[in-house]
Amino acid sequence: MTDAGDSARKPLGSKPSLFLERQSYRRRRMTDAARLLPFLGAALLVIPLLWPDETVESQAVPLSSAIFYIFACWGLLILVSLFFGLTARRLGRRESPEADAD
Amino acid sequence: MSRKVLLIEDEPNIAEAIRFLLTREGWQVETHGDGMDAVQVIQDAKPDLVILDVMLPGKNGMDILRDLRELEDMQNLPVLMLTARGQSRDREMAENAGVSRFMTKPFSNAEVLTAVRDLHAQASRL
Amino acid sequence: MATLNVLILVCLGYVVLLFGVAFAADRMAAAGRGKWLRSPLIYTLSLSIYCTAWTFYGAVGNAARSGLEFVTIYLGPTLVMVSWWWGLRKLVRIGRSQRVTSIADLISSRYGKSNTLAVCVTILAVLGGTPYIALQLQSITLSFSIFAEADPSGLYREGSSVFWVAAGLAMFAILFGTRNLDANERHHGVVTAIALESVVKLFALLAVGIFVVWGVAGGIGPMMDRIDASEIGQWNVDAGRWTTFIFLSAAAFVCLPRMFQVMVVENDDEGHLRTAAWAFPLYLLLMSLFVVPIAVIGLDLMPEGSNPDLFVLTVPLSQGNDWLAMLSFIGGFSSATSMVIVTAMALSTMVSNHLVMPIWLNMQEGSGSVSGDVRNIVLLARRVSIAVIMALGYFYYSLSGGGTALASIGLVAFAGISQILPALVGGLFWRGATRTGALVGLSVGFVLWIYTLLLPGMGAAWMPETVLQNGPFGLGWLRPQALFGIEGIDPMVHTVMWSMSLNTIAFCVASLLSFPSPLERLQGAQFVNVFDHSAAPRGWTGSVAQSEDLMIMTQRILGAGPAQEFFQSEAEQQGGRSRLPEPTPGFLERLERELSGSVGAATAHAMIGQIVGGSSVSVEDLLAVADESAQMLEYSSQLEVKSAELSRTARQLREANTKLTQVSEQKDSFLSQVSHELRTPMTSIRAFSEIMRDTQGLSAEEQTRYAAIIHDEALRLTRLLDDLLDLSVLESGQVNLNMGDDSLRSVLDRAVSSALAGTDQQLSVRRSLISERIPLHTDLDRLGQVFINLISNAQKYCDAAEPVLTISAHDVGGQVVIDFTDNGSGIPPEAQSMVFEKFARVGVDKVGGAGLGLAICREIMQRLGGEISYLPGQGGAAFRISLPLAYRQAAQ
Repeated sequence: MTDAGDSARKPLGSKPSLFLERQSYRRRRMTDAARLLPFLGAALLVIPLLWPDETVESQAVPLSSAIFYIFACWGLLILVSLFFGLTARRLGRRESPEADAD
Repeated sequence: MSRKVLLIEDEPNIAEAIRFLLTREGWQVETHGDGMDAVQVIQDAKPDLVILDVMLPGKNGMDILRDLRELEDMQNLPVLMLTARGQSRDREMAENAGVSRFMTKPFSNAEVLTAVRDLHAQASRL
Repeated sequence: MATLNVLILVCLGYVVLLFGVAFAADRMAAAGRGKWLRSPLIYTLSLSIYCTAWTFYGAVGNAARSGLEFVTIYLGPTLVMVSWWWGLRKLVRIGRSQRVTSIADLISSRYGKSNTLAVCVTILAVLGGTPYIALQLQSITLSFSIFAEADPSGLYREGSSVFWVAAGLAMFAILFGTRNLDANERHHGVVTAIALESVVKLFALLAVGIFVVWGVAGGIGPMMDRIDASEIGQWNVDAGRWTTFIFLSAAAFVCLPRMFQVMVVENDDEGHLRTAAWAFPLYLLLMSLFVVPIAVIGLDLMPEGSNPDLFVLTVPLSQGNDWLAMLSFIGGFSSATSMVIVTAMALSTMVSNHLVMPIWLNMQEGSGSVSGDVRNIVLLARRVSIAVIMALGYFYYSLSGGGTALASIGLVAFAGISQILPALVGGLFWRGATRTGALVGLSVGFVLWIYTLLLPGMGAAWMPETVLQNGPFGLGWLRPQALFGIEGIDPMVHTVMWSMSLNTIAFCVASLLSFPSPLERLQGAQFVNVFDHSAAPRGWTGSVAQSEDLMIMTQRILGAGPAQEFFQSEAEQQGGRSRLPEPTPGFLERLERELSGSVGAATAHAMIGQIVGGSSVSVEDLLAVADESAQMLEYSSQLEVKSAELSRTARQLREANTKLTQVSEQKDSFLSQVSHELRTPMTSIRAFSEIMRDTQGLSAEEQTRYAAIIHDEALRLTRLLDDLLDLSVLESGQVNLNMGDDSLRSVLDRAVSSALAGTDQQLSVRRSLISERIPLHTDLDRLGQVFINLISNAQKYCDAAEPVLTISAHDVGGQVVIDFTDNGSGIPPEAQSMVFEKFARVGVDKVGGAGLGLAICREIMQRLGGEISYLPGQGGAAFRISLPLAYRQAAQ
């Protein structure tokens, strides 16, 4: 499931060159970023659990702020995902299709 | 004495052409279009010469020739064989079967006439 | 006030619209038009069947009870969608490359095509799906009752309305979900209708939200103030429930049969995921945007004790905004119907493929090959399953009587179906996952779910109070809602935590301890490394004799046309001229995949196994898995396989040799035939032209006659050359078919008139014009050529005093069958097997063609995907032409 495991399975005969082209390099790192996105999302969504709740009467977070925070995170995730989607399509068009199977 | 040729050929047009040529040469031409009873027909007609096609309905010209040569009085009958298949194997087979002359279609009229004359001359010399 | 009658009319109108859309989309897809039907937008919208009536009505209710907690149900899927690069992409790729038909099929396929696993998943899905369907029925009824209360006529009766709703939905699902056994299980009609419904429900909820914020509260600022001032105005979320529900909804989003259906099975293009990755979260965000405002206003405006689940309806109604309430009702109706239809379809596929078909197949065992039309049985099984599933939902509703808060049933179903998750994720990412592991994990999770959540939730009749309080047999640590003595956890969190963790642990431990079968290991390697090799290494070995059995079986499952096409293209790929391909491992594997698109992986595997007799694994396959462990164990089996493979190669070489010899002999004899046919007319031409050149004094009559002979023979030569060219083009397969649509009748009209033109019309042709009203999609000119040939053959060779040719057409088992029978003496039995050979002529007639006509007909019919054969014993000469029906061709 990890990248190391993938490369270990590649046959020895066709060992890929150590350094990738600039384009493929960008693409790989973009994929990495796309893979990190859900973790960012999960982290953002766990933060509200640290807020004081209504049992601590004085500092309780009003619901409107909570709504604002949650929907802002949500919107951010959507925008970043949109950005990745567009970039992936742009890069995918320029490169050969089999590079997809990294 | 009238010379008689028996033409065994199933293509009516070819038969007509040969009949036309030989009749003008003074031959009496009989035609037959089926292979099945050809041997019997030859025996009955007692021709001076036989022109035999290879691809015939009922029985193949090679078989007719082979059967014919088995018969005692048909050993020396001149047989001119015509074939449209034109493979060297056919010529060999025909020679083994005892053909007198083997010709491939299409032939020139002069060739046929020459062959018929030669064969008849050879036969009469015997 | 909107009366109930108006409401029912609107509902019916809406359903008619849906039918229309589904029907039109099916038609467009069948005609190959409507590219937008397969657009990322439609795909994204179809995913929104995730938002059921539970989310449409229940989210507001949930918000009114617990504030922002409702949003977790939407956040889980959002996280799944944005992490598509991790999992969904792989899932969709596997689904497409393995032709998976359902989630149960996927699991069974991954774990060595085990039907036991498929049955477990199916039962789990049906158990979880039934209350969920009941929930949708309940929501429709509840929303009806809101309008009924206001309606003075009071004709509304709850029970009967639920019944009719359930019946209607079942009919819709049957009509559009089981119309045909598509090889890839895509239903454009249903998907398009669902996409429309998602637009409607989003629009309805947004409309109500906008009305509430700007129409009632007076803008965003005042709305926010009212929210903060309300009884749910402060952040108050239980941390355990918050994280559990996000996890649970994420898991369910992947595992729910209906989600799997739209996300994987109906997926047309992997690239759609890229769009859905942001567009679907956006849809969810919009769906939840106004939930809190509607809840807060509802709490403010509605009297104490009114059902918050129905605020979406009651708030507009209380403000006198009838049309908005109506719209919102349609929105809820949409959510419920789309969910029920897709769930019923997905579940019925699972039930028919994994419960009904294996049982049926078992009953067939021993007969060697499969008899009867499997397609009809599969379709019937699906239709009945849909009806049964809907009936189960209806009875569950009638028995439970509704009443429970909507949200809780949904969550119970989520927790149940999520038990598939460990087996699914493990199967996708871990090659060591085994069938035993999946079975054990699934069972543990399943039992815990029933014991800790389902039974306690169903009331005292199912789970006595004493068990709940003190545990079974007084074993305190087994209390359903406090396992191992850990108390004070929310019941839902308790179930999810214990069932998922024990399920995962059991799955991993059992996987580690058990040893997978070779097939499992191969499937595992294929699933986990799907991006490395989408072509599957898996071994079948078969002998030539089995090809025919396979063909018969395939025809029964896929239908004659597609089956013949598939076999034909396979045979062509193998380079053979025969219509049946060699049963090479590659071919068998493709065939299995093709079949599994119709009946599921396990069943397809079993069916092929029945004919071919057990699978064997090739050396390469073994090498592929040998890098793991147990190499010694495999060494001996490698040797075994190797010798089998050697003998197979030897056999193939022998066959190839015989074939080559045959081909060379055929070529020789063909050449000598051609030579004969060419030289014969040339002889006449040459002889007569020499006669005309060399002979003086030919009479005018003779000249005309000989010139006519030369002319006729020249024509004969031309005809022969034309036929030869035609035949060689047809045989080389380079012929371009010029496909067109017309009725059989007009093709025959043209053929008859052109065959009889310029003759003395001796032959009379008898036809039955009504039965010829069959639409054809084929190369009409080529087909006409075949007809003309048969008619002129009858004209030339029919030896009756008054020759009559009878042409009759039927539609037999998906094929058009056209018989040409004359009243002559027919073809002698010994010649019947030869009539379609080149230069085969019956009788002594030399006027006709060169004997290539029927050979050409045979080649043409093969190209058209049909057949021509001689029918013995019909009184005269009788030829039968069969062709695939038009719509089957068009559906490709």
